[in-house]
Amino acid sequence: MSGHERLKDYSRESHTFKVRAVLAFGVVFLLMLVLVGRLYYLQVMQYDRYVAMSDDNRVQLQPVAPTRGLIYDRNGHLLADNRPSYSVTVLKEEAKHLEQTLVDLREIIPITDREIDRFKTRLKQRRRPFESVPLRFRLTDDEIARISVNYHRLPGVRVEAELIRYYPEGQSLVHALGYVGRINEQELQKVNANNYSATHYIGKLGVERFYEDELHGQVGFQKVETNARGRVMRVLERTDPVPGKDLVLHLDMRLQQITEYLLQDRRAAVVAIDTETGGILSLVSTPGYDPNLFVTGISTKDYNGLRESDDLPLFNRAIRGRYPPGSTIKPIIALSAIDTGVVSPNYTIFDPGWYTLTTGGRKYRDWKKYGHGKVDMNEAIAQSCDTWFYSVAHKMGVVPMSKYLGMFGFGQVTSVDLPEALAAILPSKEWKRSSRRVPWYTGDSLNLSIGQGFLVATPLQLATATAVIANRGRWVQPHMLKGYRTQTEEGIQLQAPDLEQIKAKPADVQLNNPKYWENIIKGMHDVVQGPTGTARRVGSDAPYEFAGKTGTAQVVGIKQDEEYDAEKLAEIHRDHALFVAFAPLKEPKIAIAVIVENGGGGSSTAAPIARKIMDAYLLGTDPRVQEVADGES
Amino acid sequence: MNREFERYLPESRTYLSRKPSWWSYTHLDAWMLLLLLLLCGFGLFVLYSASGQDVGYVSRQALRMGAGFFVLIVLAQVTPRFLGRWAPWLFVIGVGLLAAVLLFGVGAKGAQRWLALPGFRFQPSEIMKLVLPLTVAYYLSSRPLPPSIKHVVVALVLIGLPTALIMKQPDLGTSLLIAASGVFVLLLSGIRWRFIFAALAVAGAALPALWAVMKDYQRQRVLTFLDPESDPLGAGWNIIQSKTAIGSGGLYGKGWLSGTQSQLDFLPESHTDFIIAVVAEELGLIGVLILLTLYLLIIARGLVMASQAPDSFGRLLSGSIILTFFVYVFVNIGMVSGLLPVVGVPLPLISYGGTSLVTLMAGFGILMSIHNHRTMLKK
Repeated sequence: MSGHERLKDYSRESHTFKVRAVLAFGVVFLLMLVLVGRLYYLQVMQYDRYVAMSDDNRVQLQPVAPTRGLIYDRNGHLLADNRPSYSVTVLKEEAKHLEQTLVDLREIIPITDREIDRFKTRLKQRRRPFESVPLRFRLTDDEIARISVNYHRLPGVRVEAELIRYYPEGQSLVHALGYVGRINEQELQKVNANNYSATHYIGKLGVERFYEDELHGQVGFQKVETNARGRVMRVLERTDPVPGKDLVLHLDMRLQQITEYLLQDRRAAVVAIDTETGGILSLVSTPGYDPNLFVTGISTKDYNGLRESDDLPLFNRAIRGRYPPGSTIKPIIALSAIDTGVVSPNYTIFDPGWYTLTTGGRKYRDWKKYGHGKVDMNEAIAQSCDTWFYSVAHKMGVVPMSKYLGMFGFGQVTSVDLPEALAAILPSKEWKRSSRRVPWYTGDSLNLSIGQGFLVATPLQLATATAVIANRGRWVQPHMLKGYRTQTEEGIQLQAPDLEQIKAKPADVQLNNPKYWENIIKGMHDVVQGPTGTARRVGSDAPYEFAGKTGTAQVVGIKQDEEYDAEKLAEIHRDHALFVAFAPLKEPKIAIAVIVENGGGGSSTAAPIARKIMDAYLLGTDPRVQEVADGES
Repeated sequence: MNREFERYLPESRTYLSRKPSWWSYTHLDAWMLLLLLLLCGFGLFVLYSASGQDVGYVSRQALRMGAGFFVLIVLAQVTPRFLGRWAPWLFVIGVGLLAAVLLFGVGAKGAQRWLALPGFRFQPSEIMKLVLPLTVAYYLSSRPLPPSIKHVVVALVLIGLPTALIMKQPDLGTSLLIAASGVFVLLLSGIRWRFIFAALAVAGAALPALWAVMKDYQRQRVLTFLDPESDPLGAGWNIIQSKTAIGSGGLYGKGWLSGTQSQLDFLPESHTDFIIAVVAEELGLIGVLILLTLYLLIIARGLVMASQAPDSFGRLLSGSIILTFFVYVFVNIGMVSGLLPVVGVPLPLISYGGTSLVTLMAGFGILMSIHNHRTMLKK
């Protein structure tokens, strides 16, 4: 037997094993202690840290968007509604192969390249993880069905419903209301980002923009438990959002529609103001466009169509159109002359059809070629005699004219809640020196006196000035909002806004001699209901007394001694037709300004429209019905 | 004659003098069986929560456990001598199957682990988990112990062959477990301490070499283990989420079925390899301690049974089986709690899945067979 081939020693082997087994158990026990130590470290010493991590994992604070306030007209007619709209959204966390998913989705529903681009922009701007990003809006029922049956092969794709703005009246109101659109980066920086964390839309224009804070409401929050894929499993706690306030406007939808009907899609604008409150009854600029197109983003084709149209539908003529007011400002010019004592109301001239500053100098022509003959102030207003005003302007100069026009709101924004309204231009010596770098000439005064030259005004300003005349100097601020509507158990309550807190009211026009109000109002009354008035055909058969003033604004300058023939001029070179009016004469209820671009004469085109609007408001007539009846008889 | 018996089996007198009860004919160990049943019950209890309260999972697992106990009872009836006789052949067949896996195997994620036979698939590496310790124990026990260098080398070759084949699949976790099961036989056989220290030194030196032969995904696992935050949404996700689950459980846990990490799917593999995180999250440190105590009792009872085995073959095989069982426990919990890199090792008898369950139960069957066939000697 060699040394290494030993015999087996059974008891020694048994003993060795027992020693090793005990040793092994010792090691096992020690390693178990290592595990226990590790778990103790994680579960007891690091407990707080891991609890926080676990809560971060599962609990997410989700903002809940408030419902946007609705907008009603004065009669409770709904002008801006919220309607559910279905959009297809993508949750990036779930869509592992985003590009492929997009390709698959495009096979199912039509999606344009532009929508894909916008989607990718929005994806980059995403504000929180697990926020789904909309890809296409306004899905049809058919598209929803097609996506639903393909859900299994479209990971991360969902159809989501949200309330979006809907304007039932479409283009009738776009220039009065404005619209909302998807919020963009710059807008997000201007608002309280917290409050808008769930909001996708913001007022872009008009009332929607001005009352954004009130309409939007207060965001709500919910603490939700989500699983690892971001899907909400349950709501842990919830703070409800405060819905936005419902607005009631002064707007009269019926009047608005009648106005729109009367303008027949011409390039025109009308502003009608309630003279007691300054509330805007009707604000129309035609042509308009459908604001619903802008809510979820307008297509390039549609937008270019609107932008390139010669009729400029995107242009809000009523508050941004700067037109020479023409003769419509003559009552104010006359007032400035008599109230400053330059001339008396009986000041009479003989009008040969023109006026010269110096004998044999440049002829300032009257609109009536052979003149009005002998006219005093009343006739000058009624017949719109330019020569009388040239003469008066020559006497008084620009200073009183500028001052009085300013008191009636020209050259400034007096409207409260139309954020896009323009101040236009009220010329003065200082204005001309600083903006044109040339002095004021007497000829400029003559042009100003008949509303031509440098003076430009918006239809809103003309209506406002007319309302101030109607109120014999008492200022009312033109505004849209009548009040905030709240539904209580007692019924609908209206809480009026404090306008003066939003914007200071201009000072009332205090005349040196208040009885002069009646002088110029009589002149305006004679325009429409006097024997010689320029618009007597429009006003003579009215069952109520009212006052007005026609205007015709030259679009192209007419050279000295040149004949003017509207027929021969191309339509776009034709004069703008203007008309301002208020009614009734004694206790006025409505002031109105009408401008029809290239409409020709104020008395023939603009005045009949104003008359019908006033009839509709004061008498409740409806030209839409009447004309149908006339056609049938 | 009696004296000879006493020399070999010091306790034999009491056994021989006692009348065998009906229970002894089952060849089962009552204590071990009770502990295993408790563990399985605990496993089903946790699985119900970990599977998202899916009764289907629980009943399927219960069925597998039934199958496992059936295998246990059957193997308990097989005499150790029979197993020993078949060991060389089983080893040859096992290695052949592993080679076949490399040639014809099927699998997923770049690893070939299964052999597909008409009707079912199986993992030859699972068979090897029992066959290797069986073979090494058989080989060493028929030689004088402690083993000489020559026999140690042969044993190491026996261990190295299947280990290398499985590592090639590649399945690092299983290959290390199998290597461990063979090494445990060597350690328990009384191999000299100087060999052990020398081997440790060599292993330490071989670590860089191991790094060199590792596949990319294996290296990634090690790197992720060292710094899970480096890839929090990718490879590090699992370990961050499991540590969060364990840590947020605290001392008493969030309550059964109330673990947010596991119920809201933040914890990956919550019903399989990472199920201990569910225990820790929902039942807290207390729950984990109960589970670890159960494991410790099973290991203690297993070592007692091993040391009561009548011969070296039984002792070495039993000891290796029970220590390998512990390695499962340690590696799994160590991995889930972030102590060890992520390797695919299930938590024995708790994780959902049938293969390892049946293998483990078979091991316990062999353990009981060895322990309760002592009386066979009297024939």
